[in-house]
Amino acid sequence: MSLLHLRGVGREVRLPDGSLLPVLTGVDLDVAAGEHVAVVGRSGSGKSTLLNLLGLLDTPTAGSYLLDGEPTDRLRARRRARLRGEVFGFVFQQFNLLPRRTAAENVAAPLLYARGRDYLLRRRTAREMLDRVGLGARADQVPERLSGGEQQRVAIARALVRSPRVVLADEPTGALDVETGAQVMALLARAAAENGAALVTITHDLSVAALADRRFRLDAGRLTPLDGGAALDAATAHRDPRTAGRTA
Amino acid sequence: MTGLLGAFAEAWDEVRVHKARVVLSLVGVFLAVFALTTVTALGAIVAQSQQEQAERWGGRPATLAVTAFDTTTGAGVDAARWDAAVAGLVDRYGITGSATVSYADGLYRLPGGTQTVQTTRVSPSYGPLHRIRPVHGRWLREGDRASLSPALVVNEAFLSLLGHSDLSARPTVVIGGPQPVTATVVGVVREGFDQPLVYRVDRSGGDAAAASGGGPGPGFYGPPTLELWVPPGQADAVMATVRNDLALSLPGSQVDVYRTDDQGIGDSISTLRTAIRGAGVVALVLGGLGVLNVGLVTVRQRIREIGVRRSFGASSARIFSAVMLESVCATALAGVAAVAAAVLLVRNLPLTEWLADGVPLADDPGFPFEAAVEGMVAATAVGALAGLLPAVIAVRARVIDAIRF
Repeated sequence: MSLLHLRGVGREVRLPDGSLLPVLTGVDLDVAAGEHVAVVGRSGSGKSTLLNLLGLLDTPTAGSYLLDGEPTDRLRARRRARLRGEVFGFVFQQFNLLPRRTAAENVAAPLLYARGRDYLLRRRTAREMLDRVGLGARADQVPERLSGGEQQRVAIARALVRSPRVVLADEPTGALDVETGAQVMALLARAAAENGAALVTITHDLSVAALADRRFRLDAGRLTPLDGGAALDAATAHRDPRTAGRTA
Repeated sequence: MTGLLGAFAEAWDEVRVHKARVVLSLVGVFLAVFALTTVTALGAIVAQSQQEQAERWGGRPATLAVTAFDTTTGAGVDAARWDAAVAGLVDRYGITGSATVSYADGLYRLPGGTQTVQTTRVSPSYGPLHRIRPVHGRWLREGDRASLSPALVVNEAFLSLLGHSDLSARPTVVIGGPQPVTATVVGVVREGFDQPLVYRVDRSGGDAAAASGGGPGPGFYGPPTLELWVPPGQADAVMATVRNDLALSLPGSQVDVYRTDDQGIGDSISTLRTAIRGAGVVALVLGGLGVLNVGLVTVRQRIREIGVRRSFGASSARIFSAVMLESVCATALAGVAAVAAAVLLVRNLPLTEWLADGVPLADDPGFPFEAAVEGMVAATAVGALAGLLPAVIAVRARVIDAIRF
């Protein structure tokens, strides 16, 4: 049984004129525990919507989504919120660190919603996690005083601090230069693997996608498997000039 | 349990991180709660002062004055009969709060010459009944009735005529008349403005009028008056009973019973309190609107952060309570500061000088506890009300719009 199991999942949004716009159509996807999956696609292809559905931030309008065998369509809001905190860790393109909080406070923030020991030991856990991503010495710095790469490492530490079973990363290197992006992506993949967490990465950076065990292409809301660098190259109409040399 | 702690920690964290915004938003609430608490406290003290000043003249609610006249001569009844009748009445009905008072002109041999001074001859119980608090020395007491030197409580004007400014020299004064007697000044009260006046114990060992109980004699204005302190709700019934009882005990006499306490003071004080409370509530509403306004602006700026917190697993209830608690925590802090400032101000104002010419209150309410509680409750309630709308907006924000992966 896969950890994430999507069959025929669709998502439509209602436009201001009342008509329905399909964003995702008939998506089938299985993600096993500890697996690294990448989804590539151009802007507007539905990548973010797919990530929202996977992370229980949104609900599909068609199909079924089983989370560890449990249908998600009947989950009550409170249970969805709890699962979101316990099962998923999110890494955002723009880092989305809480402003004016230190790196340690940012990493500890998800543990505010944990219970018992996890909640009570949140500060210590946060510092340990920052040590793991090499930012122990910067734990008391606010995000405004950290570089982009450091901010994303803080975000990775934050995504992993509750030991999630799945890390959902949206363009995790999108706001970073090539070298820093590669370092951050390597860190993310390694940290997720050490935690035994599945990693679902959405990207248009082909070198990032190449790190995954399995790769998919999302085009006009339809998800199809991809294999090999050439296929990856063809999958994205928008080639990132930073990665062109490496994927050609 | 940790969920509740987490909600408080989150709210406190928000207050801590955004100190400047929080402080600015709370200025209005601080001022409003400060004003509300201060005026409520001052109102209670002013009311107490007014109450005591009224009771100094008319006695406590309800004070009944009882007098009796001989219907044939128009003079007061025989002192011995009056004393017996009064003693019997007080004993029969178990009346614990009673005093006797009579008014006379006394001749006092002062350094500037003998002078006639208005003298109120009272039983020691008159003081507590009328909340008289000497500014120096003490009030009259039962032991003074056995003293060979009549005890006097005088006002500052009389003490000045006597050539003293305080009681450190244990001043005495000779009371003139057929049998002069040296009286001892035991206390000083602040009343009567520049006119000298004297309270004299109703009878004493060296007093020619000892047997009369201070009853009518040369220089007295009318017969002595018995004052009874009874429950206000029973005043009318007691008046009728006393009138009938004394009429039977004193045949041939006309007995008058009437209330002397100010029955309108309660309404006046109530009106004063209502007006003060109204002003405080208006101030509080204005302060609350300020907090609400800042809260609405802030929550819109925090939508992205709220979306991120949703991704951490924050439920709608948790988001609601965090935004709400942030407002409540902040206004509660403002309330604590405002109440502390109000206590400092009220405790350090020279209220007795302003309100009662320096006469200390017999029952000083201090800083009214209810004013402090009311201030805290008002601050917290304003926080809750002002946090409600931003909390609803925060909960209704669409998470995926807020995050925008």
